[in-house]
This record gives sequence, structure tokens and C-alpha cells, in this order.
Amino acid sequence: MASAITPLSSRSLAATPRANRDSAVVRWTLCTIALAFLTFFLFLPLVAVFVEAFRKGVGTYVAAFTNPDALAAIRLTLLTAAIAVPANTLFGLAAAWAITKFRFRGKSLLITLIDLPLAVSPIVAGLIYVLLYGRHGWFGTWLGAHHLSIVFAVPGIILATTFVTFPFVARELIPLMQSQGSDEEYAAVTLGANGWQTFWRVTIPNIKWGLLYGAILCNARAMGEFGAVSVVSGHIRGVTNTMPLHIEILYNEYNFAAAFAVASLLALLALVTLALKSLVEWKAGR
Amino acid sequence: MSIQVTSLFKHFGSFTALDGVSLNVPSGKLVALLGPSGSGKTTLLRLIAGLELPDPGSGRIRFHDEDVTDVPAGKRKVGFVFQHYALFRHMSVLDNVAFGLRVRRRSERPSRARIVARARELLALVQLDGLGDRYPHQLSGGQRQRVALARALAVEPKVLLLDEPFGALDAKVRRELRRWLRRFHDEIQLTTVFVTHDQEEALEIADKVVIMNQARVEQVGTPQEVYDRPATPFVYQFLGNVNMLRSATFPRAGIDPNTQIFVRPHDIQVGPHDSGADGLSAVLRYIHSAGPHARLTLEDIQTREMIEAEISRAELARLDLKVNDLVKLRLRQIRSFEDDYAI
Repeated sequence: MASAITPLSSRSLAATPRANRDSAVVRWTLCTIALAFLTFFLFLPLVAVFVEAFRKGVGTYVAAFTNPDALAAIRLTLLTAAIAVPANTLFGLAAAWAITKFRFRGKSLLITLIDLPLAVSPIVAGLIYVLLYGRHGWFGTWLGAHHLSIVFAVPGIILATTFVTFPFVARELIPLMQSQGSDEEYAAVTLGANGWQTFWRVTIPNIKWGLLYGAILCNARAMGEFGAVSVVSGHIRGVTNTMPLHIEILYNEYNFAAAFAVASLLALLALVTLALKSLVEWKAGR
Repeated sequence: MSIQVTSLFKHFGSFTALDGVSLNVPSGKLVALLGPSGSGKTTLLRLIAGLELPDPGSGRIRFHDEDVTDVPAGKRKVGFVFQHYALFRHMSVLDNVAFGLRVRRRSERPSRARIVARARELLALVQLDGLGDRYPHQLSGGQRQRVALARALAVEPKVLLLDEPFGALDAKVRRELRRWLRRFHDEIQLTTVFVTHDQEEALEIADKVVIMNQARVEQVGTPQEVYDRPATPFVYQFLGNVNMLRSATFPRAGIDPNTQIFVRPHDIQVGPHDSGADGLSAVLRYIHSAGPHARLTLEDIQTREMIEAEISRAELARLDLKVNDLVKLRLRQIRSFEDDYAI
């Protein structure tokens, strides 16, 4: 399984034939351009987040998190991820399994549908839910009659996040499972294993790193999603604000230190995600 | 355990993979399913294993008179060796071999120690003692092949099915391993069916060869029978080299000159041009003399048809032939399928 997700960086560059070597000027120019680009577009912004966060001292930094609204935003973000990620891991696994192990009508339609959340703008994704479940939406009257609220409430945020993060696990698993084929499963079946045993003893061990990788990417997006969530949230402080929305509000109120403090937490989450991702790639590549 | 297959049909969409195939595999024999790719041989093997199901309402599959057509693969007691072995890549060799015993229901499952002991025995049987702790990717192709065989045998199958067992190996290992498989089969006496597209392989080790083409069985017989007495033009061409000529090239009384005739290269006798009035005059165009025999490409001076002949190298030296020499060809044996005659 390793080959399918081997990171680019691990490819060996040891034996570059002489004819492929460019002159020193070209090499240095290319390196300088690449490094300058990385510095200005990736590294400096990341540093800036942390510098700005600590500009007014550690006290202000800590205060930004002890604020009840900030705590509520962090809780809501974690809750959303805790529901969206397992759900999408399960859906993604089921979809990849169905697509790669079986022949059925409408398979290419299913593959296209899985990619829909990536193709559509997040704001459209949010609006779809407002249109369906909002007060004046298709199911609005029925929901109102039963005192259920989805839009401008926590369920809407979870739904929108789940929609946006749907493709990550499936897209990670489909190529991996396609490259592995179904022969090992067939072998297990001829050896007398039932479907459950085949799944747990053969399929899952073969895809576990891909599955974890997909779940990590899914989690990163679930925590950071802004557009779709912004539409369905309603921006009720302490109730329907996730971390990205909370940051926006703080920023709009010129509370830069607090905005960057919360932002630094999100950035930290991203860095942890990247570290985990590298670890998974390294484990899978062995 | 014998296998009987009666009039099986299998379609994949509009593609016909099996078109009314019947077959009888006698108990304890080693049978080769031989044919070009796309001839339906692997499909037939997978149907026997239960990995595919025949078209609804088509024929039956029986193992020693027991109808297994509707029995799921896991309950048919078949050992299946896949073309690329399909070893469980995350399991050690020993765990691979033990898999079939470990997934049994508790009431039928031997003790843990017994399972490990049995897996070790099987590894010894396929001459892989001591490699139980390795992983599949640490083994050579031939070793993986034998692990796959040991794993299939662990469930004490009643029949053994192998899909292109030597397909992924290099020529030398291939030859060694197929002789080994023949000896192994003689030891364990298990009804075995293997799929191959390599005629040499099938003719060398099988008791019986089943030649398939375009979803049908063309001929069934011992290697000697199918080689010496091909039942159809396809079999003639598929087994060994053959010249396909119009009978006008070698005119004979009572034969329509447009009849297609088949001549094996080694059934053509090559002699000096002044060796008599009978025979066909031809010009020698190429000599390929690598290998035990010399292959000559000759051009009929009248029809300009190209003819392949095969003679021993001693014969070539005796005749002292050079390119562009004129020679006489005489036929020892020809065959036609329109009017069954042989000379």
C-alpha cells in the first residue's frame, strides 16, 4: 500500500545523470525564487500569526482563551469535528468499498457526486442548507411545527461541515483500494473467511494508513471551515460561533491581539495535523 | 475428487466469456486449461472456484456428483492460487498459511498451537522451512508462489485451482517450478486444474490438456494426442509452429487447389535441388541457426509463398546450404480440415 501515497519528498534524487544537471546560475536562480516564494507566502504569514498573538503579552494571549465566547467557540469546533470526522470516515470507507469492490450501475455518477463538495463553492454549500432547512426553506414549516431548528443552530453547522468535508476519506481510499485490487479479498473468501472476517483481517489492515491520512485531512478541514459554516451559523456569540467565525468577529471589532491568539491556536492545530500526516506517511512508506 | 462441468455460460455485459462449456476432470489428475488471453480459461477456473457465478439458468458444476453450483466459494473446499499470488501483504508467511484455519468457526478450529504446527508442516512441504517470520515482500517470486500454494492447501481442499501459476516468473524459475509442481502433484495426488497460455508448460506437465478458444473448448486430450492429432485448425496453429498453405502449393490429385493445408516445419524435408523431379522448388531466404534446430525460411518460386522448415543442424551442415540456394522440399505429413486426409 505504501507506493500509492509515498510522499514526493522521499523520492531518491541520488543518481542524477550529468546531462540533467543545469548550470550553477540556473540552479541558484530557481532556488532563490522558490525560497523567496515560500518565505513570503507561507513562512512569514505563519510567523506573523504568532508574533501578533503575543504582541500585547502573554496575559492578553491567555485572556483571549479564558473568554467564555472563545471557550464556547473552541467547544463547538471540537464538537463539530468529533461528529463530522467519524461520520465521513464511515461514509468514505463505505463509498470507496462499494466503488472499488463491486460493479454496479451508476458507479461513475457516485464518483462524481463524491467530488461535488470540492467542486462547489462553500458558500453555495451553506446556502443549500438554508434553502432546505431554513425558516422559509422546503422543510422549514415542518421543522418549525416540531420546534426543531437546524439553520442558525448547531445542527446546521455540523451538517454544513460534514458536507464540505465529505470527499476527503473517500478520495484518499479509492485510488489506494483500486491499486490493491480485490484479489486478497477473494483469496480470503476461498480460504473460508466470511465477509466480516475478510473486512477486518484483510481490507482494513491494508488501508489503515490511507484511512488515517484521509481522516486527518478531513479533520483539518472540519476545524478550519469558514464559508459554508458562516452562512448557516447566524453568528450568535457563545452559541453558534466556531473558531474561524470567532476570529472574524474579533478581527472586525479591531481586537487584533485576541483574533490572532485564537488564530494561533488554529494554526497550531494545522501544524499538528501536518506533523501527524508526515508521521502517517512515514509509517506507511516503510 | 473429480470435477464435472456441464454447458456453462457466462456473460460480462455483452462479452461472452464462456459459451456452453462442458468439461470432465478425472480425480487425481493434473489438467491444464490452455488458450490465448480472452479465451475464457480464467473465467472457467473462477467459476469452478465459486469466485464468479454462471449465468442464471445455465449449466451445473459438480464435485464428484455433488452439485456445488450454488455453494459459496468459502464452502466449496477449493484451494485457489491467484496469478499474482494475492498473499496478505501485512501478514507474515506463517500467518498467511494459517489464515484458512484461523477463520474457521470455533467448533471446527484447531488449537492455536495446532494451527501453528500445521502451518509449519505445510511450509516444510513446499520447502520453505524457516521462512515463516518473513513478509511476502521479502520473498522471491518463486517463494511467494509456494507460500500461496501452502496457504491454499491449509484448508485441506478437495481440488486445487491455479491461475497462471508461473506467469509472473522469469524463464528459468518457471521451468524449475513447473517440474517441481509436477512432482509435488504426484506426491499429494490432489485433483488439480491450472490455467496457462504457455503451450510448452501445458504439454510438459499436464496429464490432460483442455484447449480453449473464444469462450469454447476446442479439444481435450493428453499432450501427445492434442499435439499429434489437433482436432481443429485453431489447435493446429496454437500448438507449435505450423505452415498454413494453399494446397495448390503442393498439388495432388483429387484435392481442390484452394483447400487450406497445415504442415509442421519439422515435417518438411529439405534436399538438394537436383535430388529428383518430384517435390517443390524453393529458394532459401533466411537461416536461423540458434538453438538445437535450424529454422529455414524458404520461398516457393512459383507462388512466392513463404514456408518455414526445421531441420537438425547436422542436416544443415551436411546439405551445406547458403542463403539464395535453390532446394527441393518434400512433405512427410500434411493435414487439412475440410476433407479429412493425412499423407
